[in-house]
Amino acid sequence: MDVSLVDWSRAQFALTAIYHWFFVPLTLGLSFIVAFMETIYVRTGNEEWKKITKFWMTLFGINFAIGVATGIILEFEFGTNWSNYSWFVGDIFGAPLAVEGIMAFFLESTFIAVMFFGWNKVGKRFHLASTWLVAIGANLSALWILVANAWMQYPVGMHFNPDTARNEMLNFWDVLLSPVAINKFLHTVQSGYVLASVFVIGVSSWYLLKNREVTLATRSMKVAGIFGLVMSVFIIISGDSSARLMARHQPVKFAAMENLYEGRTNAPLVAFGILHADPADSTHKKENFITRIEIPDFLSYMAFLDVNAYVPGIRDLIHGNPAQQIMPVSLKMEKGRSAIAALRDYKAAKRQNDIAKADTALNVLKENIHYFGYGYLSKPTDAVPPIPLTFYSFRGMVGLGFWFIMLFLLTVVFVLRKRVEHKKWFHILAILSIPLAYLATQMGWIVAEVGRQPWVIQDMMPTVAAVSAIETSSVIVTFILFAVTFTVLLIAEIMIMVKQIKKGTNERGAH
Amino acid sequence: MAVAGIILKKIFYFYYDGFRSMTLGRKLWVIILIKLVVIFIVFRIFFFQDFLDSRFGTQQEKSDYVIEELTKNRN
Repeated sequence: MDVSLVDWSRAQFALTAIYHWFFVPLTLGLSFIVAFMETIYVRTGNEEWKKITKFWMTLFGINFAIGVATGIILEFEFGTNWSNYSWFVGDIFGAPLAVEGIMAFFLESTFIAVMFFGWNKVGKRFHLASTWLVAIGANLSALWILVANAWMQYPVGMHFNPDTARNEMLNFWDVLLSPVAINKFLHTVQSGYVLASVFVIGVSSWYLLKNREVTLATRSMKVAGIFGLVMSVFIIISGDSSARLMARHQPVKFAAMENLYEGRTNAPLVAFGILHADPADSTHKKENFITRIEIPDFLSYMAFLDVNAYVPGIRDLIHGNPAQQIMPVSLKMEKGRSAIAALRDYKAAKRQNDIAKADTALNVLKENIHYFGYGYLSKPTDAVPPIPLTFYSFRGMVGLGFWFIMLFLLTVVFVLRKRVEHKKWFHILAILSIPLAYLATQMGWIVAEVGRQPWVIQDMMPTVAAVSAIETSSVIVTFILFAVTFTVLLIAEIMIMVKQIKKGTNERGAH
Repeated sequence: MAVAGIILKKIFYFYYDGFRSMTLGRKLWVIILIKLVVIFIVFRIFFFQDFLDSRFGTQQEKSDYVIEELTKNRN
């Protein structure tokens, strides 16, 4: 396979996903924040809360309108650039995505009209219910997509059909309720809630800095501060659980995230570290830090809830460790090649109607199917993802996460003490935190997606086997088209959003 | 029947009035429509034809092709 084709296809998918994710988290979080605000309005009857709700609803509408359908392009790319993969997973992806289309999308799009057009036309409580249903619908949309993504990280609930080369779903609930799917959904939507809270606090801070919309700003900060703080606690819990799942199901990703080359008991967590730049081999030669600050035993505890637990390093996972019952990748590659050869033999035997030969091949395939993807690797070290990007992205995400907790705490304290209007330094920090929240969520996705390389489906299909045999030039053309289109959309979003924020509550909203 | 007609009329006017009274929303709808045209017409038709659908007519042909792709010697 042409390496540049794989790289361009990968770059295109990454570009589309990154841009798509600029829009999604704010929709997920702001929908709930708006619902909280409207609930307060309905309960208190205070018209000021209605004004506040309508203001944030307008910003929600801008983000929703510009972001809607940007994810469809990812599905186009599956069919065009990733046809082997698309065929291989078709049945598994079909169900969650169909449920998303029927249930969540229609729920969301029906009630969004009531949310924007229904003020003064439907009852207060019906309008409030619509706002909540939009929030729930938007988050349910995310559920199905994230279930599909989680299946790629931890494929369960299916079996491989050698006649069609497709994975067929055996149990929908195993796919939907796999621990990785539940965790991925919770952690991802919670990141959206945190981002939206930071956004509301940042925009409110801008008003306070300009000494405008003081009531809107302080009340909004109160809601967002509390919501963000509560969600930060939950995101720590789901993040912690995510680390344990990763240590069990994607140990190479876990080791890469920590740059842990030599496995060990009582493994420390690198709280802060700078890796040596090693252009010759930056991935797996050695544990290579210029400097680091460690928390003793914490990695063992984080991975297995036991400070004495053995955390396998990259060397164990690549070269094997019999004492820890870790199989070397070279052996997995042999098994994978046997599985691929068995699939070829099975197909040939079926064509020749040689039942005995087909049965023999099928048995070999079944024995080795769990290592199918390893058959495509050229060398054992191909199983290691890019370490520096995974390592730094994880620390960036977590570090910023702790900053946001501090931001929410300060917000709540300042608002409750009625001192938030006068803290100019805090306003500036809060405004600067908006882009950092976007950066943090993107880094989270980098850990999840770059960290699972070389796999597009964990252990079953590497990226290199997933791409379509198309011209590299056509992928380059569409890459440029997407870059231009999405950049225009992003600029449009920022310009319209900034204009609307500058207007404040004096102007009518997006309806 | 008459009740259904009244309800449908109310729903129609709900959307009609909503769209008519939009301000910023109009600009957003223009963006949405341009975006949908670009995505579903320009991108989909000219750049993103389904690889397997555009080359093979039957499921069997598609699976044969993918199996051949997956099992060919890459090294």
